[in-house]
Amino acid sequence: MKSFNYTITDPVGIHARPAGVLVKEAKKYASAVSVVKGDKKADAKKLMVLMGLGVKCGDEVTVEVDGADEDTAVTALEAFFKENL
Amino acid sequence: MDTYTGKSIFKGIAIGKILFYQKGEQAVTRVKIQDAQAEIKRYEDATQQAIEQLNALYEKAVKEVGEVNAAVFEVHAMMLEDDDYMDSIRNMIETQQVNAEFAVATTGDNFSKMFADMEDEYFSARAADVKDISERVVNILSGKESGGSIGDEPVIIVADDLAPSETVQMDKDKLLAFVTRYGSSNSHTAILARTMNIPALIGVEISEEWNGKLAVVDGYTGSLYIEPNEETLAAMTAKQEEDRKARELLQKLKGKEDVTTDGRKIRLYANIGGVKDVANVLANDAAGIGLFRSEFLYLESEDYPNEEAQFQAYKTVAENMAGKKVVVRTLDIGADKQVDYFDLGHEENPALGYRAIRICLTRTEIFKTQLRALLRASAYGDIAIMYPMIISVKEVQQAKALVEEIKQELDEKGIAYGNVEQGIMIETPAAVMISEELAKEVDFFSIGTNDLTQYTLAIDRQNMKLDTFYDAHHPAVLRMIQMTIENGHKHGCWVGICGELGADMTLTKTFIEMGIDELSVSPSFVLPIRKIIREM
Repeated sequence: MKSFNYTITDPVGIHARPAGVLVKEAKKYASAVSVVKGDKKADAKKLMVLMGLGVKCGDEVTVEVDGADEDTAVTALEAFFKENL
Repeated sequence: MDTYTGKSIFKGIAIGKILFYQKGEQAVTRVKIQDAQAEIKRYEDATQQAIEQLNALYEKAVKEVGEVNAAVFEVHAMMLEDDDYMDSIRNMIETQQVNAEFAVATTGDNFSKMFADMEDEYFSARAADVKDISERVVNILSGKESGGSIGDEPVIIVADDLAPSETVQMDKDKLLAFVTRYGSSNSHTAILARTMNIPALIGVEISEEWNGKLAVVDGYTGSLYIEPNEETLAAMTAKQEEDRKARELLQKLKGKEDVTTDGRKIRLYANIGGVKDVANVLANDAAGIGLFRSEFLYLESEDYPNEEAQFQAYKTVAENMAGKKVVVRTLDIGADKQVDYFDLGHEENPALGYRAIRICLTRTEIFKTQLRALLRASAYGDIAIMYPMIISVKEVQQAKALVEEIKQELDEKGIAYGNVEQGIMIETPAAVMISEELAKEVDFFSIGTNDLTQYTLAIDRQNMKLDTFYDAHHPAVLRMIQMTIENGHKHGCWVGICGELGADMTLTKTFIEMGIDELSVSPSFVLPIRKIIREM
């Protein structure tokens, strides 16, 4: 399993639209992708639970990637978070 | 006449008949089915159809209310395809042998409740979205149209709550106002009301009996008058007319230059306190941002905001302003703006204490992080850096040296930055007195009249007892402004005002006659001041 930490800078956090874009991105990979905030964890391929985390600007999250393509996925997702969230 | 009150979302007056909006919602009955697979197929077909409808609505909304407000339909389509949501419905049909309508409605209620229970107002408002998408599928399944037609006569829409898909389907020419029982100031209806400039009240105890009655919505006071008496009706009609004229005049000024009749161009900029204010700046057609208070990044955060977070905020603003000037004031913490993690300690006299540039030049690691973020963001637009609370030439030279240092670092790493103007706030009498020397060091001055007045008159504005001694137009302050302008111009600086006095419309003429180059005011003052400038 690979992971990275990231502090959200998007002023509205992972709200509806960014969450939607993240789901699309996560679905590109075979690996399981999860977003962890505090003691809560959500599957990044599922929009509603992801929004249900209620991630706001300034929150630190851990993104965990687990599976066959985890190396490429974790690099791409880290870049994606920096660019979009 | 009955009077009700609610929370007003948009200031304006609407007079017209009430349409009590009934949702397409219907009682969904639970029916036992035989062929679960066929029922699931029926559900999946309906979902496809719903997504097609949403795509069409998205196209319509982009044209009517812009891409940002239309994005909700894109998200709705994605929510319909959410794995958990779909699995829950399929499961229910299969294991409980229920009809698709019932499975969708029940699942919609469950997910909606999850959002409604969230603490954050933005996320709890998403409960309405889940209800909305579920209703859409139920309506398709039961062969009903989603959303309602509102007839040919313009009306005030009264409803429990309105889903974005319902409001966008309404004919905009027929909408006078929204009055709802539920909804938040972050709901899509509220955002739409603001975009469309129509009055809206939320949190009103509505009644179905109002349907068809004449009513007045007063968005200035948050009042709703049902069957208004003649007196109220006359007063409100007059207010509406006044409102309409004023707005019409101001709207005509959009896209017009800020130029006096004798041809002098003034830079009319806006003040902002965060990224979210940019929309308001653009809506009011300001020519740039004259004061971006970067403190919000520090005040809203629990620890020092890192370079990346700051970079993103500055870049977003620069990009949205699309090449128009964005003057960012560096960290102005201290005095009345305290942040716990800075650990500044108690001061006897905080206005004269450890604040703003004094913190930046002694705790340079914090300052350099901000400067680096600003320089990097300057590759994406026209960013200018402004230093607050300056009292000496040395301070300016130190700040500039730090900027040079960072530029070199960026050069070494091959990171791009733009051509950044550097300027200072003139908000201490000391800075005014040495403004000629300061002007040689910088590209611009921006006069912070709030602090300048407080320091010049030695009057604390928070102290009510001093009101009789206070004079916002004190000749000492006006002469200081004059002096700053003259000294700035001697050495090629442009000079602006970004304090409250800049928006004082009784002084606009005076400032322009003094030779001011720029006025930076709250977004809502831009058009009224443009009017004064153009009439000069």
